[in-house]
This record gives sequence, C-alpha cells and structure tokens, in this order.
Amino acid sequence: MPVSSSPPPILDSSLCRLLFLGSRDSSTMRKCLWLWGLLFIALGFAWSITAERNPRTERISGSAGDVLEDDPVGRLKVYVYELPSKYNKKILQKDPRCLSHMFAAEIFMHRFLLSSPVRTLNPEEADWFYTPIYATCDLTPTGLPLPFKSPRMVRSAIQLISSSWPYWNRTEGADHFFVVPHDFGACFHYQEEKAIERGILPILRRATLVQTFGQRNHVCLNEGSITIPPYAPPQKMQARQIPPDTPRSIFVYFRGLFYDVNNDPEGGYYARGARAAVWENFKSNPLFDISTEHPTTYYEDMQRAIFCLCPLGWAPWSPRLVEAVVFGCIPVIIADDIVLPFADAIPWEEIGVFVAEEDVPKLDKILTSIPPHVILRKQRLLANPSMKRAMLFPQPTLPGDAFHQILNGLARKLPHPKSVYLKPGEKILNWTAGPITDLKPW
Amino acid sequence: MKLSALQQSYLGRRSNSFRSSGPLDSSSDGAFKSPAAVFWLVLHGLSCLISLLLGFRFSRLVFLLLSTSSTYTSPFHSPTELAKTLDIRSVIPADPVGNVPLPFPNKTATNSRVVVGRHGIRIRPWPHPNPVEVMKAHRIIERVQTEQRLQFGVKDPRKIIVVTPTYVRTFQSLHLTGVMHSLMLVPYDLVWIVVEAGGVSNETASLIAKSGLRIIHVGFSQRMPNSWDERHKLETKMRLRGLRIVREKILDGIVIFADDSNMHSMELFDEIQNAKWFGAVSVGILANSANIDETVVEKRGEEENPRMPVQGPACNVSNMLAGWHTFNTLPFAGKSAVYIDDRATVLPRKLEWSGFVLNSRLLWKDGDKPEWMKDIDTLDGDIESPLDLVKDPSVVEPLGSCGRRVLLWWLRVEARADSKFPPRWIIDPPLEVTVPSKRTPWPDTPPELPSHKKPVIGIQEPIIKHTTKTRTSRSKRRSKRKHDETRTDRRTTGFDKTLQN
Repeated sequence: MPVSSSPPPILDSSLCRLLFLGSRDSSTMRKCLWLWGLLFIALGFAWSITAERNPRTERISGSAGDVLEDDPVGRLKVYVYELPSKYNKKILQKDPRCLSHMFAAEIFMHRFLLSSPVRTLNPEEADWFYTPIYATCDLTPTGLPLPFKSPRMVRSAIQLISSSWPYWNRTEGADHFFVVPHDFGACFHYQEEKAIERGILPILRRATLVQTFGQRNHVCLNEGSITIPPYAPPQKMQARQIPPDTPRSIFVYFRGLFYDVNNDPEGGYYARGARAAVWENFKSNPLFDISTEHPTTYYEDMQRAIFCLCPLGWAPWSPRLVEAVVFGCIPVIIADDIVLPFADAIPWEEIGVFVAEEDVPKLDKILTSIPPHVILRKQRLLANPSMKRAMLFPQPTLPGDAFHQILNGLARKLPHPKSVYLKPGEKILNWTAGPITDLKPW
Repeated sequence: MKLSALQQSYLGRRSNSFRSSGPLDSSSDGAFKSPAAVFWLVLHGLSCLISLLLGFRFSRLVFLLLSTSSTYTSPFHSPTELAKTLDIRSVIPADPVGNVPLPFPNKTATNSRVVVGRHGIRIRPWPHPNPVEVMKAHRIIERVQTEQRLQFGVKDPRKIIVVTPTYVRTFQSLHLTGVMHSLMLVPYDLVWIVVEAGGVSNETASLIAKSGLRIIHVGFSQRMPNSWDERHKLETKMRLRGLRIVREKILDGIVIFADDSNMHSMELFDEIQNAKWFGAVSVGILANSANIDETVVEKRGEEENPRMPVQGPACNVSNMLAGWHTFNTLPFAGKSAVYIDDRATVLPRKLEWSGFVLNSRLLWKDGDKPEWMKDIDTLDGDIESPLDLVKDPSVVEPLGSCGRRVLLWWLRVEARADSKFPPRWIIDPPLEVTVPSKRTPWPDTPPELPSHKKPVIGIQEPIIKHTTKTRTSRSKRRSKRKHDETRTDRRTTGFDKTLQN
C-alpha cells in the first residue's frame, strides 16, 4: 500500500478520483487510502473466517480455546528413564495380548515417547520424567488384567529410580508422570470398595497420573491427574466405515450387559442400577435399539444411530465413548460425577448429553426434548476430524491424537511451582504406608 | 463384542475372589466375631427361612421398614423391587477383616457424593413407549436425515419435470400407480406433466390426484391407436406436447421422460441432477422373450459377447461417449407384437425416450442455450429418436458412471384391446354387461316382475360377474354373449315358465 505523500501518476484517472472521493488533496487521499486498506483487510478476515467455516463441521473451541490442535513440541521436554526390561519389554514378550486390550495405552505411550521430538536425553533440562512400567500387563487366560502385583512392581521401580537418579528425591515425584490406565487408576484394584480402601498408592501421591478413570470427589482421582480415553484399535474402526450419506435411522443404540449375572444377578450393584433401569424402562420401546447381543455389525450400527448410550459399568468410563465419538454418534453419558477424557480441552457438555442416573426413567423424554438445532450442532462438532483424532492412539502417531493431547495436558501444568522442589533432607511421602503385602519386593 | 466378553469373564474372576475371600476370612476370624456380627448372622438365617416360607425376600421388607437413608425415593414398579440401601447378605462378604459391621455399610468414607453399594433399579410406573415422545423422536430423525442429505447428497438440487404420456386402458392403473409411487418418493421438487391421449378423463385425474404432487394434466385430442408402431409415434407427439408446456410455462429444471409402464430406481433421480444440458442413461430392456429363437441366440452367443438387454450410451476407455448400445431385435424378427394386445414380444424403438434427460432451458424460447439444440416448434413431424432434437449427437453426456449403471427398466405389458375394467376399479352394480357363470353356488332366487329383471341379476351375483367377464373376454367370440344371455334368461325363468325370451 503506497503511503508516499506525492500521489503517483495513475491517480489522475477518473476511477481513482472516484475512489478517493473526488479529492485531490494529498492528506485526505492518504486517509482514503488507509480507509480502503482497512476495508480490504476486514473483508479478507471475513472471507477467511467464512471459508474456514465448513458447514459440515464446526471448530471446537474448548474452555481454553482451540487447544486440541496445539503442538506440544517445544513446550515441554520429557526424559524417559531407562528401566531394565523386566519392567516393560519382558512383560510384553510374555503376553502380547497387552497390545490390543483397553489398557494398551501405557505401552503405546512408551513407544511414542521414545521416538518423539519432546524426548530429551539430558535429564537436567527435562520438565517431566516418565517411568515406563507396564503395570497392567498381567493377564488372566481370558485376557483380564490382574492388579495384584502392580503395587509391588511400581514400588520396586521407584526404588530403582530414586536410587539411581537424583531427580525423584528432588521433588518426591512431583515432576514425574505415570500411565496407569487400569480400572481405578493407581488404586490398583478392579473392585471399587477395595480400591477406595487402598486409595492411590502412597508413593505415587505426588506424581501426575495419566489414567482412564475419572470421577469427581473420588479417592482414586488425584487433583491434576490427566484423564485419557481407553485404548480402542484405530485400524479396526477405520476399516468399518460406511458411506456418510447412509441415513441415521436408529434413535438410541446400545449393546452391552444390563445385569451382570455372574456377580450381581439381581442388579443394583452393577452400574449402580443404572443399566438395569435402562433395560427395564425401555426394553419395549422401538426407539431404543438396546440388547445384550453381539452383532457383527456393531460399528456399522453405531454409524446409523443418532444417540449412543454410554452408561457406567463397574467403573464409570467405557470404550463406548471413544467409539461413539469416532462414529459420529452423540454420546449419552449416564454416570454421575464422571470426569471425561481431556476435560479441560474438550467441551463435553456441548458434544454429548449428560443424564443423571436418577433421571434414567425419563431418558426418552430428555432425549426427545433436545431441540433439533442443538442435535445438529452436536453432530457437526463430532464430525470435526480433530475431535475424532484426539480420542485415538494411532500407530504411527498423527498430529492432534491422544498422545499429543496428553503432552498438551502436561505442558499446561508447566512451569512447576517452586513448592514441589523439596529442601534437601525433607521427606513428605511415607514409603512404608499401605498394606503389608505391597511392601514385599518384586 | 470382545469388550463384554472381557467384562463378563473379568467379573467371573472377580466373583471367584469375592467368594473365596468370604468364607476364608470369616473362618480365620472366627475367634474375633463380635456379637453384632453373630446377631446379624442369626437374623440373616431367620430371614432366609422366612423367605423360603413366604416366597419372597423378607429381608428386603425389613430393611424398607427400618431404613432411613436417602437418595432413592423415586416411584417403583412393585413392592418386591423396592429400593434398599444394602442387603444383609452383602454385609458379611464385604467385611473381610471382621470389623464391626456398620448397619449401613455405605462406605461413604470416600467423601464422594456418589455412593458405593447396592442401589435401587428405578422403573417408572408405565415403562412403555409414550406416543408423544415417539412422534417427537421421529421428527428428530427426519430432520437429521434431511440434514445428512443436504450435506452429503446433491448440492443445489434442481426441480425435476416429469413428462408422461398415458391413456385410459385396463393396465393404466397398474402402470401409473407404479410411476406415481416412485415420484412420490423423490426427495426433490417435482412437476409432473401428464399428457393423456383421448382428452383429459376423470379416470386418470382421480388416479393421479392421490399423489399429492404438483401435476399438469393435459389432454391430447387423438385417441391411442391399436398398433405399437402408431402408438410409439403418438407417444412421441405427446411428449413434444409436454415439452411445449415446459416452454410455455418456462419451467426450470431437468426434464425426464417417465413412460407409465417403466420402473425407475431412486438412484436415477439422484444421478440426473448431474446432467448439464443433455444426458443419457442406460435403460434395461425387459422384452418378454417368450418366442425368440433359442438356437439363433446360442450360436451367436458363442462367438460374440452375450447381448445385454440394455439401451444407452457407450463409452470408450477415457470415459467419453463413443457410441450407443441398442437392443438387438434380430432374434425377434418377424415375431414381434404388432397390435397392442398381441401375445408376442413387444420391442422397443432403437433408442427409447426414457433414457434421455434434458435441461429445461434447452426448450425455452430465449435464454442462453447451446446452438446444437433444435427448436422444438420447428420439428413437428416424425422424430425417430430423441437424438433428433440435437444437431450433433456427440454433445450428449453419459450418466450413471458412463452408462455402466442401469437406472431404469423398460417394459411394455398391455391387456387385450377389448378388455373391460370397472371405472376407477370400483365395482358398482349394476354393470353394463351381466353374464352369470354356468354354475352358481347360490340357488336361483324366485324371479321378480319383468321390469326388474336386470337389476335382480345384478344384485344376486355381483362377485361372480367379475370372473365371468374375464372368461368371456378370453373366449373372444361376440356371438357367444348373445347365447349366454338367452341361457341366463332361460335359467332365471326356470321356476316361472311364463317368461320367455
């Protein structure tokens, strides 16, 4: 934009005279130039904003802005401890099923960090320290993880790192993070009462826990923990996509248990009675496609449904949330006080529908009273690819996926407050707390 | 799903530990059992016995009466499913180390608002679908599907203008209903131009009025002739009349020719939205091949590719129009139907009109249209095929992945020329021709006065008349009717010998 005081010769044309509002005076001409320039810039902004506004998707502006697409590289540095392979590789070799179950995030996180640009080999400049322990990889013959040895494994690993490196003792673990994707996180038990009794493992109480479990005011959720989605195999889900113009004809969809006949045949314990209530109230309702059957078209059906129920089970979280988000089905979350994955980055209130457990009998009224424009908006938010990517752990990693969201979450906790650094000799954690069985060496 | 199998066996394992911990712990802690625990055990045993006698869980009733807590006060289905905070039975296993069992071991020591333990199953008083909610849900589903169609379907769909020549005959109802229902399903704006040979009739009007579509119903003064050749020529003229209406009313959209005996797929209407000026689709030809010479076909079949009953554009490798597939009529030579009611195969023309679609702007008087389009006012004579509308046949756009998808089917089935059908297909006695069947299942009624002879017969056997009509129409001999009439009279006058014809 020419800002020179002397007007160039082209301004003598009649068009330019029109542009400059008929004035020949240089100062008013300059003002006019500025005006036109501003107008063009404003138009350009408006055009770019509307161009980005694809009618099919909407940008997710979370509570902290568009944080889903933040790039963690450069904002933090992570040092990965070199533990002997008995803590990670040997366990995986013994049972490769650990790579495909719901708790596989701990293994994939380790692999991701090993080759990530945020990894640093110099522990002095690291902001966060990662300890690769595959605590959830002790599987029964049917494939379920037993948490009984995990506390001892973690203790022995921490004893190792506190004796071989000085960084643990510096902060007693406050700048360390651990991935504990099991049912109740670092409480290391699958039964809620026992988990609550145990509480979070005492030596992990100052560390940041990356876990799938999230419930407000619960012993097993520490302040400052990062909640992640359970692992769901991305290739399997990608392979079962149907054309997007297939009309969504199922109103509410759910497949799973309502009564856990092995452990709680009358109901009331399992899911705090919520799943049983769903069944009893809506089993005869044609709008609700709910059953305990195992269809082979489970993924395809989800893509043909408008609402997908995600009620709690024995624990509040479930892979159904991930599946619902990936397939564009609005999740209906029936779990009181649940903390959903990446809750500080993803505005779950705008994407899903929350129903209190006591309101389950009125579920049909609640869902049909949502105005259609709200439903369409939720579907647009769900259609956003960054939303789907944030729920998945793809191999190889993609920008904006769950690994990056975890790193973003860790980066948002930086810088560490000065209080985490202990004075030499100061000790806060009680190394002998907890049940006696935990103190046995591993 | 793997997940629930996982969960199930997971919890199976869980229950094993559950049960194993129970007796183990209680036996090991036998010495430390507090009196309260013993009391609860005794009470538990008692209530078990009482429940066995009564037939329902007595302990629950006790707890209902005793319980003071809390949060589960919603209305319930039946007394046996009343909510309790905890059952006695669950107290003991949950208590491994012989602590004093609390009366309500809610374990709210977690300072969580959500309580661990047994909860009630909330069931509303009438757990069945509410019709108001169902309707609302259906409206939501419709709205979502409309939105999906807007997003993933055709962008800026144009109106579809359907031109159908028809005339009143027995099979008209069958064919026109089929076309009408297909058009009612089309998700785009539609205008249906129905050109009727022999003038506008109530029959056709009442049939198409049920559709709820926007219809322009015009009559064509000539009656439909009885030979297929003549019929095709007249149909062409009727279609041109329809095109002239498009020009007069300056309708904007895509013109498609839907003959009333064709069958259209829904994808056809989506596909033709892609036509810019003049498009062609592949038409499946269903010629009723009852009499073709099988040997001829087989011999040819060995050497060449099997003939497809398809008419439409043919493309070369680079998906450009290279020629036309037409239906091979050689096997039918000399054996095809000439008159509309012949039982032989009805053959299509070389290129059927129904396989072509045009942009209505090509028909307008003014406006920018390509110069290869002929003015329809100048053509009045014989147009052999729709390609005669354009000067250069290479401008036609092949649709349906270059003619590879067959999107509609052509079929011609008509009844005999003299077949009769009740007007609007409502059997309303008295009918014009009344001939009873030879063997009536009902006894003959005593005859009434001669002046009421005909109506009596009509009321007597209304249903049988239907079948006799077809029988007579099949028998073909007009003279027989008179014979039958005499027979009728003779039979009804069986009782009364006074009446003679």
